[in-house]
Amino acid sequence: MTNDDDRVDTLDPTDEVAVDPGTPTEGASAAPRIRPQKPARPERTSRSSGIGGLIAKIALLGLLDAFAVWTVFVMVGLHMWIPVGVTVLVTGVINWIYLGRGKRLPAKYLAPGVSFLLLFQVFVVVFSGYIAFTNYSDGHNSTKEDAVASISSAGAKRVPDSPAYQLSVLQRGAPLYLLVTAPDGTASIGTTNQPLKAVNNAEKDSTGRATGLPGYRSLNLSEVLDQQDAITSLKVPVSSNPNDGFLRTDDASTAYVFKSDLTYDATADTFTDSNGVVYSDNGKGEFQQVDGTKTLSPGWKVDVGLQNFVKAFTNPQLAGPLWKVIIWTFVFAFLSVATTFALGLFLAIVLNHPRLRGKKIYRVLVILPYAFPAFLSGLVWAGLLNPEFGFINQVLLGGAQIPWLTDPWLARLSVIGVNLWLGYPYMFLVCTGALQSLPEEVDEAARVDGASPWRIFRSIKLPLLLVSVAPLLIASFAFNFNNFNVIYMLTRGWPRFTDTTLDIGSTDLLITMVYKVAFGQGGVRDYGLASALSILIFILIAIISIIAFRKTKVLEEINS
Amino acid sequence: MKKRPFNLLRWFGDTGWRHLVGIALVVVAVFPLLYVLSASLNPGGSLVGSNALFSTIDAQNYVALFTNPDQPFALWFLNSMVIGLVTGVCTVFLGAMAAYAFSRMRFRGRRIGLLSLMLIQMFPQFLAVVAIFLLLSAISDVFPALGLGSQLGLILVYLGGALGVNTYLMYGFFNTVPVSIDEAAKLDGASHAQIFFSIILRLVAPILAVVGLLSFIGSTGEYVIASVVLTDPSSQTLAVGLYTFVSQQFSNNWSIFAAGAVLAALPVVALFLALQKYIVGGLTAGSVK
Repeated sequence: MTNDDDRVDTLDPTDEVAVDPGTPTEGASAAPRIRPQKPARPERTSRSSGIGGLIAKIALLGLLDAFAVWTVFVMVGLHMWIPVGVTVLVTGVINWIYLGRGKRLPAKYLAPGVSFLLLFQVFVVVFSGYIAFTNYSDGHNSTKEDAVASISSAGAKRVPDSPAYQLSVLQRGAPLYLLVTAPDGTASIGTTNQPLKAVNNAEKDSTGRATGLPGYRSLNLSEVLDQQDAITSLKVPVSSNPNDGFLRTDDASTAYVFKSDLTYDATADTFTDSNGVVYSDNGKGEFQQVDGTKTLSPGWKVDVGLQNFVKAFTNPQLAGPLWKVIIWTFVFAFLSVATTFALGLFLAIVLNHPRLRGKKIYRVLVILPYAFPAFLSGLVWAGLLNPEFGFINQVLLGGAQIPWLTDPWLARLSVIGVNLWLGYPYMFLVCTGALQSLPEEVDEAARVDGASPWRIFRSIKLPLLLVSVAPLLIASFAFNFNNFNVIYMLTRGWPRFTDTTLDIGSTDLLITMVYKVAFGQGGVRDYGLASALSILIFILIAIISIIAFRKTKVLEEINS
Repeated sequence: MKKRPFNLLRWFGDTGWRHLVGIALVVVAVFPLLYVLSASLNPGGSLVGSNALFSTIDAQNYVALFTNPDQPFALWFLNSMVIGLVTGVCTVFLGAMAAYAFSRMRFRGRRIGLLSLMLIQMFPQFLAVVAIFLLLSAISDVFPALGLGSQLGLILVYLGGALGVNTYLMYGFFNTVPVSIDEAAKLDGASHAQIFFSIILRLVAPILAVVGLLSFIGSTGEYVIASVVLTDPSSQTLAVGLYTFVSQQFSNNWSIFAAGAVLAALPVVALFLALQKYIVGGLTAGSVK
């Protein structure tokens, strides 16, 4: 085995001489194009990458495996069983791919890119689909267990006769821990979400206060001051029963027991407050007062079926604006493609003339908008079009007060115009390329037959051009359907609709609406609803693409 | 003498009007860029003060850009460059490996693989921004270094889009490199890895440059995912940072923003112009097959 490696590396010249005369015939007879990987030699090819490659491979695989093992340990600690399974499976498959030889060769080249693709593009889409059927949102973003713990600790008051616990702040990794010494001298450690656990190997100072623990780092005074906010926000449960209360500190030296006036009854699954009012699980991810509408916050995540989709199309706050947004998204995408293509094609025809001087200079200058980062263009145009101070109104229109970005229709016009400025260079480049590849003879033959230039263009050049450019036009439509940057940077989707209190406006596309619903300022971040809208976009794009590609295939067949 | 006016008319009908159209569009294309440059050199600062083009020239905005702690421009710039470069290089590498496999090897599922890549790339990643956010926040629990707020995490997300259209561009180009070169190398005893790294990658350098540049431009200008993942101002990219900076006090921060825009656009525009020839080739490769 090593002998084989050696021969390849060191005795290259002789190897070449020995092999050369024999193999050409073999290569010529055995259909060279179809099987670059000949079955006769996979063993040799996979082994001859040399010692360096082998070491690199082992090192990388080793790193990956070590990382995987560590991840699994952490995830087991957090009881994340499904991710553990997936990690073990994926690591196993990757090892199997890279430790094998022969048939697994294509997989070796595909595995890295495909892993990223599966996790961050395919999985997230599937995950979006799942979120769309839940009530995932601010106040509903965790499990019921967490919600119970959170309700139990919210609105807590210090227990009147609570003893004082001496404490030290420790750190392991990023999280902070409280090491407390009870009045009876026992030391225990814990942090938010991790109830107190007694420890007997703590280091103690002369007063009997526990100050350190092996494996943890004690914070000194200045570090404690730096992280005061983080320390005072720690809530360390006294035990795993939320009704026992939790420890909190205000000064990072003494902690007291705090308890909520709401007590949780695990068997009945209800909360009872100090006045005896009972709150029970209402099936919608919240605890609700039995004979009333008051609910406790936070709630937790539950599956809600089609509720998000129903809400999007029936809620009076949402349905009307949503329809307008959908229509505008289609109009915007269509007009964007139409205007940029028309201008780009026109410019390509104008500048694609054999005797035109300075063609190259024109070409570089007119594609500059394409080279300028799109997010900056949006902001720059927002300045230029500013109704009060912008250059367009102040200088070009002599101080007019045209509300370019604040009137619904003018704002829509501005968005289309700015997108035309941004997008025509791409179409210009594409059309120039396509025009140059059209055969000259067709043109000449038509001219001999006496066709006018316009007629030649309309009946001959344009159809031929469309065949090659159609797929790009579809791609461009899909791109503009989701053209987030232009809208968000130029108008932020505004001017806002007056018939809803939500932050939705006349120039909002579906994608900017998704973003605002999920991450907008003010109001509830509704991840479930946003995902439902995302799914809607996915479906719309899929339908459009299928129809469009069918149509263009027809186009292609007609012309060929 | 008699011929002259006739000639002028002919010239105008033939190419002269083309110059008019060209010049008109050049003005429209270049004007906003000149305006930004002018505003960036205007010490006035506000939007209305920027309307007198090139009336005063002063570098004060550029100084202010690097001295205001509320708007750590230097960090944003550095972050954008690092994220863009790492994403670009890794995208090229991942895409090239996939394209090599699709172009040079025949295996089961190859056609389906190519087809699914084409389908998947129709759906831009940022549509699933909510799911990406929740996935990263789950990763934060296990690995704070890869989760929300982490630039490495953001790069990994971007690499999810490394295949797709890039693989397509490269696949087409790889196919133009004759297979006989691989076979000759194989006869000389080169392994598939040696052929890939030392022969093919060099021959397809132009398409690697295009894909790298497109990925660089894409990731430095990306706003949606970056704004959700990078919450701390010091870790943000130019797109996120400049947007929040200018959206808060639009009119007053204008000329400082303009200076930032000029600096942010410079590397991208320079790279674009330098690689223009290849980019045009790459774009039209899709249309003219």
